Amino acid sequence: MLTESQPHFRQPLLRTPFHERARSLSQLDSFIPWSGYTSVDVFTSVEQEYFAIRNASSLYDLTPMVKYRISGTDALRFLNRLTTRDLSKLAPGRVAYTVWCNDEGQLIDDGTVFCLAAGDYRLCTAEWQLDWLRASAIGFDVEIREVTDEIAALAVQGPTSCKLLKSIGLAGIERLKPFEHATLAMPRTSAAPIALQVSRTGFTGDLGYELWMSPTDAEPVWDALMEVGSTRGVRAIGSRALNMARIEAGFLLPRVDFVSAAHTLLPGTERSPLELGLGWLVDFGKGHFTGRRALLAEKARGPRRQLVGLDVAGQKPAHAALLYTSRSGTRQAGSVTSAIWSPTCKRNIALAIVDAVHATTGATLWADIYLNRELVWERRMVPARVVERPFYAPARRRATPPADF
Amino acid sequence: MNGGGANRFDAIVVGAGHNGLVNACYLARAGLKVQVLERNPYIGGAAVSRRLYDGFTYSNCSYVCSLLRTEIMRELELPRFGLQIIPYEGGCTLMSNGEHLAIYDNHDALRREFARHSRHDAEAYERYVRDMLRHCRFIKPLLLRTPPDPTSFRPRDLQELLFLGKQFHKLGETRMYDTLRFFTMSCADMLEEYFEREIVKAHLAGSSIIGTALGPRSPGSAYVLLHHYMGSIDGAVGAWGFARGGMGAITQALAASFTASGGAVRTGAPVAQILTRNGRAHGVVLQSGEELQAPIVVSNLDVKRTFLQTVAAQELPAEFLEQVRRFKIRGSSGKLNIALDGLPHFPAIPQGSPCTRGDMHVTDTLEMIERAYDDWKEGRWSRAPYIDMLIPTQIDPSMVPDGKHYMSVFVQYCPYRLAEGEWSAAQRQAFGETVIDTIARHSPDFRSLILHAEIRTPQDIENEVGLTEGNIFQGELTFDQLFFNRPLPGYAQYRSPLGGLYLCGSSNHPGGGVMGAPGANCARAILRDTGRGADPGRLS
Amino acid sequence: MSAAGGLRYDSLVIGGGHNGLVCAAYLARSGRRVLVLEAASQVGGAAVTREFAPGFRVSACAHLLHLMPPSIVRELSLDRQGLELAATDLPTTALDPEGEHLSLSLATDAVRALRSRCAADAAAYEEWQSLVARIAAALHPVLNITPPRLGTEDWRDRMALLGVGWRLRRLGRRDLRELLRIGGMCVHDLLEDRFRLPLLKGALALDAVLGTNYGPRSPGTVLSLLYRAAAAHGGGSFVQPAGGLGSLSEALARAAVAAGAEVRTGSIVERILVSDDRAAGVRLASGETISAATVISSADPKTTFLRLLGCEHLDAGFVRRVTQLRSRGLTAKLHLALARLPEFPGLDAAALGGRLLIAPSADYIERAYNYAKYDEFSSAPVLEVTLPTLADAALAPEGRHVLSAIVQYAPYTLAGGWSAQRQRFTELLIDTLARYSPDLRECVTASELLAPPDIEREFRISGGHWHHAELALDQFFMLRPVPGATQYRAPLAGLFLCGAGCHPGGGVMGLAGRNAAQALIREAA
Repeated sequence: MLTESQPHFRQPLLRTPFHERARSLSQLDSFIPWSGYTSVDVFTSVEQEYFAIRNASSLYDLTPMVKYRISGTDALRFLNRLTTRDLSKLAPGRVAYTVWCNDEGQLIDDGTVFCLAAGDYRLCTAEWQLDWLRASAIGFDVEIREVTDEIAALAVQGPTSCKLLKSIGLAGIERLKPFEHATLAMPRTSAAPIALQVSRTGFTGDLGYELWMSPTDAEPVWDALMEVGSTRGVRAIGSRALNMARIEAGFLLPRVDFVSAAHTLLPGTERSPLELGLGWLVDFGKGHFTGRRALLAEKARGPRRQLVGLDVAGQKPAHAALLYTSRSGTRQAGSVTSAIWSPTCKRNIALAIVDAVHATTGATLWADIYLNRELVWERRMVPARVVERPFYAPARRRATPPADF
Repeated sequence: MNGGGANRFDAIVVGAGHNGLVNACYLARAGLKVQVLERNPYIGGAAVSRRLYDGFTYSNCSYVCSLLRTEIMRELELPRFGLQIIPYEGGCTLMSNGEHLAIYDNHDALRREFARHSRHDAEAYERYVRDMLRHCRFIKPLLLRTPPDPTSFRPRDLQELLFLGKQFHKLGETRMYDTLRFFTMSCADMLEEYFEREIVKAHLAGSSIIGTALGPRSPGSAYVLLHHYMGSIDGAVGAWGFARGGMGAITQALAASFTASGGAVRTGAPVAQILTRNGRAHGVVLQSGEELQAPIVVSNLDVKRTFLQTVAAQELPAEFLEQVRRFKIRGSSGKLNIALDGLPHFPAIPQGSPCTRGDMHVTDTLEMIERAYDDWKEGRWSRAPYIDMLIPTQIDPSMVPDGKHYMSVFVQYCPYRLAEGEWSAAQRQAFGETVIDTIARHSPDFRSLILHAEIRTPQDIENEVGLTEGNIFQGELTFDQLFFNRPLPGYAQYRSPLGGLYLCGSSNHPGGGVMGAPGANCARAILRDTGRGADPGRLS
Repeated sequence: MSAAGGLRYDSLVIGGGHNGLVCAAYLARSGRRVLVLEAASQVGGAAVTREFAPGFRVSACAHLLHLMPPSIVRELSLDRQGLELAATDLPTTALDPEGEHLSLSLATDAVRALRSRCAADAAAYEEWQSLVARIAAALHPVLNITPPRLGTEDWRDRMALLGVGWRLRRLGRRDLRELLRIGGMCVHDLLEDRFRLPLLKGALALDAVLGTNYGPRSPGTVLSLLYRAAAAHGGGSFVQPAGGLGSLSEALARAAVAAGAEVRTGSIVERILVSDDRAAGVRLASGETISAATVISSADPKTTFLRLLGCEHLDAGFVRRVTQLRSRGLTAKLHLALARLPEFPGLDAAALGGRLLIAPSADYIERAYNYAKYDEFSSAPVLEVTLPTLADAALAPEGRHVLSAIVQYAPYTLAGGWSAQRQRFTELLIDTLARYSPDLRECVTASELLAPPDIEREFRISGGHWHHAELALDQFFMLRPVPGATQYRAPLAGLFLCGAGCHPGGGVMGLAGRNAAQALIREAA
């Protein structure tokens, strides 16, 4: 029972099937841990990697994304009780973004559910969930198996991503609509074709796909993409560049924009989906799900806080800034969770948690920003306007078939 | 301050254990003329480093530093006086089938190690740690506060009760229930709520029984587990560490801090009696017959030893004495200190693993630990004892000659009195053999490396350190002896029925372990009573 | 009041055990239309009289009535509903292997007997009994309330909490300090501190651990002793209903019917029906569905939530809590059919008709418990014995007798399995009894052993625990049965609990049933 090939006390982090390729491209040796794997933070330059997402195509190694195979006669009932969305409408070939909560209606995590076949699903999520999934499975005839290391995953995102995938032979890719997945064959000259599961999903808010494959196919697929992509501006990207894109798209990151209710130590630091602006994912009409009664009560009472988008004056990102109701900085209104200067929007944008009364679009708050001017720190109180999210949502992300860039 | 002759002091502290010294430090810093009296020819009580074998320094009683409050280390400037705490690098439990469960400092390595046994338990461990940290967060602010008397209507008690109520209320409804449940549960039931593998439960359950006459199935043992967790090293909650130079380094630093503030320590000065007049303590008389005078006498001795052996019975209310007699202070732990010719090999542990540079245990299941407890109830040492061993010289070579090692072996359970009567030398030897055999089953070369072994039963600990029955906590950590019940209901605020007589040992809230909190809390009570004020926000 | 929304019933009570019947009676008295659904062919749940051998009848689980508050008897006029007592004020005797039996009660001759054995113990016993009486008087009202929730804004919760605090404070400083000290203590230590006679300590320790999963050295066992005393209002007497405990249940059923409730036996509830996130009725095993505005379950929490309601209507964290509820029984029941009255040397007729305790010392009990921890049974088991036919000859054929014994400890998951071990264990129990009654074995004509799995099956109690859920500090009062289902309310609107799994727990007491009815009535008001 107890076997472990790698001595984990010497090398605690696992390596993904793309690791050797990524390492050879990494110029900065900048790696970070992610769900037990080594993951690239930056390959060469955050800016260049970011522009690959918005201008051409980017490759991002998604393998550490934690994946569970959920099957059995009660799989759908189980998922519907687990998550806030009504997944009974999710047909094979479709993907749904959803969230799940604890009994108090506080967010545990978000993720995507792939319907592989009737009664057969895959759940992809940023953090391990087995403890909660097992608790949720009590009373349901369902099998839950972690398959993270059985599936290599690669995100191909950017305006040319459809064309790129077409050029490695994925016929029919252009017909794939957002939140659909299909298995397509990647032909090879000297070997049998590779079966690639492709979903039109992503974390960039742009046109993009995610490829799911057997670990043994990881390197051939990477090589094929890089071969055709090398002259098309395709780049491997790290987490830092992806983070910029996801903030522009208004997506949330666990441990950054919220702390999972599975991890909070302090009382009152949990966040509900209603507070995080994810109310649209909560289907009160579908029947019972964990947290429903608490969320109904919260809805009736009105959420105490709200996640909002901010347009911050000036060009200095409002990292970790406290927000105040007035320039005098006497009454705190909330705090910034994520902030960047958006190179695409040319706006200084941020995501923030504010008291619900300040969450109206157009309201002006004041961000307390600390500026490092050659090691001389200065404090700036700058106006920050509550704006609609996402900050960036190009029409191309939804167009089917995508335009031929 | 106090004019008087050489034998007149503002305060006398009886016993130079860590709590006595912490207490003395605070009093001296407040300007009192303080005399510490120690029975043994050396200071330290149960926090000592002793040369008991050719060039080897043993931490021959307490062996781990985790609970010592950061506030105390900082306020008494212990690092300036030489104290250095180094965290463990890992830990492990050795199983009888040759397998092991290792604990690693690195989160990902630890997770994979747990997952090697059970993927489920690896994830449940995250929830477990979260919940333990939540409980620690709740209890930590209470450690350096004086428990309120729940039957009193004094404003200070009511205020403190209100503070407690508020702290509790802040948790929110669900966590309030979780807290109540946790503090009343058995460790076994608590662990069942998280884990499926016996080895994981057994490994974690060790802390629930160390030093206590409870088994993992006894309600209240979950709290004992937390009691061992609520320390921290440099903000790492629950971390355990070594004191460089052995546990004596802590009391040496305290003594240095104390003398630097003008205090004086006398060793080899056993106190025969605490002198009282008209319901007040006014000094002590040494066994030599010498009398020392002070309006304040602080006892670092446990509550039984203080009131049943050191104060004249007629000075105390009969009912109080009856309560003292009922105080549960049970010897349940033994200790081996072993000088080793080299580092023993543990074949179960992979080559190069840092998990031997921390606490190593021998057990398989909760049942094994519970059965070890059953032996104790019958008045015999555990046939298959729970062992918490450690080789600090892997990290701190200053304690031994080059290339040699010192091993501290803490053993649970070992009764104070055997069913057949007092311990004989042969029985002590047989107890030691049981422990050595247990270790040798996991380390083929262990026995051959032994240069010297000091075997200590609870009776030996009592004889040497003065802890009644050799109880390492100066009293069981059960509901009836915790918080406002510690040591006795109505006397949980470091004061006694006699004016001027205070208690500063681990018999008092928050209890044992090398924590220093009882000593500090007691000092606050004294300073308040003498009109020197106290920290705002801490009831004294 | 008429049934809401044109339904035939306002409330359905699942289970016609004593708590279900009490609850139904009180609901009916408040004008509600109530239907009790009992799976068995007779009412009573575990409080039934059972024919275990042809012509021999016995109370199936509890064999004496001790904790039922007089107010329930009075309010439901149980005497007019046919409840007759075959014997009252039954004495308790601790049996001594050497024949030096010890009678335990506060009756003067008993104390005199104790004084002649050990004067110090007699004094300590009187002092202890009087302390217990004072504490019991303070705690008793707490059994009658809906436990408050913590941290809510509801003034009723706050008042209830304050009320508990006030009652405790009224004990006075001395008693309160003692209560706060001993409340979490193990009974072994308490007895060591106060008493000397092993037999006395054994008998008192038995009262503390009977029906629990603990031994005398387990902290918290003093609380269960005090709690029993509080329920009995400071040492109420042991009473034997004529016809066994089943006749109590029948009287309760008649009281419920008299108040306007309907009682249907042989009606197995298969499912609690949910509509629009509310309990809306039940479906029977026969397929019949019955609608009602509220459903009250006297079944144990695990059965109610996991089987009858279904996890899909509950939050996952709550379900985990329910599965973690400790509900495995450790108590068995032995029934012997006797051809004649066996001799118990050293016992007079009065003592023989009362409670006989086989627990010669607290250590004896602790050792028996040791085995149970590892799913074994001890060769020296602990027993509470009665011979009900002495007071109620009708329970057996002419001239014959019944012996009824509560057996501690009998693990639910016995190593080797109950089917393989049952005979061995029964023989061992008879041997144990025979130490006190040399001719017992030759009197035995038939026997029955109800182990926890049998109790689970026969009475539909998940885990076969008499109290539905272990009575421990962490499953007590506002934590009982589990956070989220306290105050007799399920997390789902319209569903209530009224069984022994709720505060104040098991024992044939009926308070959970009455408190639940009152909580429901209050909620509707």
